[in-house]
Amino acid sequence: MIEKTVKIVNQAGLHTRPAATIVKMAAKYKCDFFISKDGININGKSIIGVMTLAAEKGSELVLTFDGEDEKQAAEEISDYFSRGFDEL
Amino acid sequence: MKSFVQIYKEANNKIAGIAAAPGIVIAKAYVYTKEKIEINDGKIVDVEEAKRNLEEAIAKSKKELNKIFSLAKEKMESTRAAIFEAQLMILDDPVLLENIHHRIEKERKQPEFIVNDEISKYQQMMIQSNEQYMTERANDIEDIKNRIIRNLQKKRWESRIMKDIIVVSDNLTPADTILFSRVNVQGFVTEHGGLTSHAAIISRSLNIPAIVGAHNVIKQIHDGDVLIVDGFHGYVLVNPTQEQIEFFKAKAAKHEQLKQSLKELKDKPAETIDGRVVKLLANVDVTGEIDVVITSGAQGIGLYRTEQVLEELGEFPSENQQAKIYSNLATRIYPNELTIRAFDIGGDKFKFFEFNEPNPFLGLRGIRLLLENKNLFKSQIRAVLKASKTKNISFMLPMVSIVTEIRLTKALIHECKEELKKEDFNFDKHMKIGIMIEVPSAAILSYDLACEVDFISIGTNDLIQYIMAVDRGNDLVSNLYQEFNPAIVRTLYHIVQEAERAKKTVSLCGEMAADTLALPLLVGLGIHNLSVSPAILPYTKSIIRTLSFEKTKKLAEECLACSTQKEIIEKLEKFFKVNQIDRTRNKL
Repeated sequence: MIEKTVKIVNQAGLHTRPAATIVKMAAKYKCDFFISKDGININGKSIIGVMTLAAEKGSELVLTFDGEDEKQAAEEISDYFSRGFDEL
Repeated sequence: MKSFVQIYKEANNKIAGIAAAPGIVIAKAYVYTKEKIEINDGKIVDVEEAKRNLEEAIAKSKKELNKIFSLAKEKMESTRAAIFEAQLMILDDPVLLENIHHRIEKERKQPEFIVNDEISKYQQMMIQSNEQYMTERANDIEDIKNRIIRNLQKKRWESRIMKDIIVVSDNLTPADTILFSRVNVQGFVTEHGGLTSHAAIISRSLNIPAIVGAHNVIKQIHDGDVLIVDGFHGYVLVNPTQEQIEFFKAKAAKHEQLKQSLKELKDKPAETIDGRVVKLLANVDVTGEIDVVITSGAQGIGLYRTEQVLEELGEFPSENQQAKIYSNLATRIYPNELTIRAFDIGGDKFKFFEFNEPNPFLGLRGIRLLLENKNLFKSQIRAVLKASKTKNISFMLPMVSIVTEIRLTKALIHECKEELKKEDFNFDKHMKIGIMIEVPSAAILSYDLACEVDFISIGTNDLIQYIMAVDRGNDLVSNLYQEFNPAIVRTLYHIVQEAERAKKTVSLCGEMAADTLALPLLVGLGIHNLSVSPAILPYTKSIIRTLSFEKTKKLAEECLACSTQKEIIEKLEKFFKVNQIDRTRNKL
C-alpha cells in the first residue's frame, strides 16, 4: 500500500473537470484508490464520491493506493495534483 | 334530438377548452402528471426485472445525455462541458451502481426509490460543506438523478398495459405524445397549450380527438373518471349522464358516416366549382403516419418534420439510418412528391442545449443551428441526397431569415453532391430546394429569397408568432396570437405576390390551413399548395370543392381592407353563411 499526502495548488480547487480526470486516471489501474480529507474516506474510482469533496486551494488530501499496479497509479495521480491539475 | 348548444347549456359537468383535433370519444381518464417527481417506494417482486429496468433507464439516460452533449460540446464553455462529462461518468460510476444493485437485492424496493436515496446521500454531503459551489454541484447532480428516475418511471408506466384511455395532462411534450400514441390512446386533454402546441399537432396527425388549454382540468378530473371529449366544440364532459352518453354516441356514429362519405372524395381533385385547382399535401410528423397519408388522398407530402425522428429514436440517427427512413417514405409516396424539412431544432422544440438561451425563440434554431453544426447538417443533406434517387424528393430549410443562409446551405449541398459523386452514389442532381417563410425578415424578402430557390412554403405558426411578437405557448398573451389579424393577411398577400413575381410555387403548411374558416381566404389569396394533417385533409378538400375562386378572390380583397381581426372573422363567417357552406362540425 502506498500513502501520499497531496496539496491543492491551483486557484479553482478540486472542481468538476479535475475530479473527472482523476477518476478516469484511476480507472486505468487495477489497484484500489482512496482519497481522504477531514476524516472522510472516498473511493477514488467513483466520480460522484470524488465530487463530494470540497477541496479548495491550500487544502491537503491523503491518497492511498493498494494493489499490484499501485506504484504507477500513485505516480500518475499525485503528479497530476502537483501540476495543479494543469491549471497553473 | 337535442342540439349541441342545448346539451352544453344544460350540462353542469363540462370543462371548456380549445378544440384542437376533431372527433368525439367516450373513455376513461388517465391523469398524467410529471411536473413533480413522486417517488414510489413500493416493494418489488422480481429483482431481476427491477435490475433490468434500472439498466435500461441508465442506458436511456446515457443516450439522452450523449445527444445533448454531441450537439452542445462545441458551443459550451468548458466548465459546463465538464459537468456533462461528469454526469455521463456518474451513469458508469462502479461504486454507485454496485450500491444501488446491492440495495435492490437486499431491500427489494422500487429502483427509483433506491436511486433517489443513494444519490441524495451524496447531495447531502455536498450541501453540508457549506460552500456555495458545492450547493451548485448538488444541483448538477439533481439533474442526473431526476433523469434516471424519470426514465425508470416511464419504464414503469409503459409496462402497465392501458388501453383506450384519455390522457389528461398539464402539457405534453412531443416525446410524451409519441409515447402515448403507442398505447392506443383515445383522446388528449391538456391544461395548457394552444392550437399550435405539439400535443395539438400530433393528435391531429394521429387522428386522435384533443382539447388543449382547458384550465384547471387536472384538479377537476381524476383517474378512472369517464370522459366525453368533443374535439369539434372543445368541451370535456366529466362523468357524463346517460342522456349525454347517448347523445354523443349518436354523434360519434354520425361522424363515422361523414368520414366514410369523405372517402369517396379520395381520388377527386381539390378543385373549386370554377376550376381553380389547389394542390393538397399532407404534413407528416411520425413515420408511421404514411398509411393515413395514402388513404387520405393527399397528392404528396408537403412537410415532413424530420426532427421527430430524433424523438422517436432518442438520439441522432446516423446518415444511413436517415437515408433508409427518407428513402422508405419517398418510395411509399411515389410518384408523388416528398418534401423533407431539415431538422428544426431549438426554440421550444427539443432542447439539446442544457445551457439556457435567454430568448430561445430568437436564438439558435432551425437553419441557424444547422449551419453551426456542419457535420450534423451534412449527414442529413447526404442522407436526403442518397434517398433522392427516386427523383420525388425536395429539401426544405426552416427558419431562414437572410439570403446568405440559403447560399451557405447551397454550397454545403454542392459539397455533399461532389462527395457522393466520388463515392459512386446515385442521386437526383436536380433535387429541388425550398425554404420556409416563417420570420418577418423572410416575409419581407420573399422575392429575393424565392429567386434563390425552387419553391417557398409559409409556416404560419411561427410567422404569426413573430409578426405579432407573441409567444404561442404563453396563455397570458395568447389572445394576441391572431391568425386573422390584418397584419397576417396582408403579409400572406405580400408573400404570394412576391412569389408570383419570382415565378415560384408558394405553399402554406401551418396550422392555419387546418382551420376551415381560413380556407376561402387562403384560396382567394392565391396560394398554390396547402399542406395539412392527413386526418384533416378530406375535410379541407370537401370545403374547397364547394368554393368559387372568383368569390374567394373578392373575399380576400375585402379582408385586405379590414383593420381588425374581428372584422375579418365576421366577413369569413358571413361568407360561409351566404354561400351556404357547412363547416365540418355543423354536419354532425
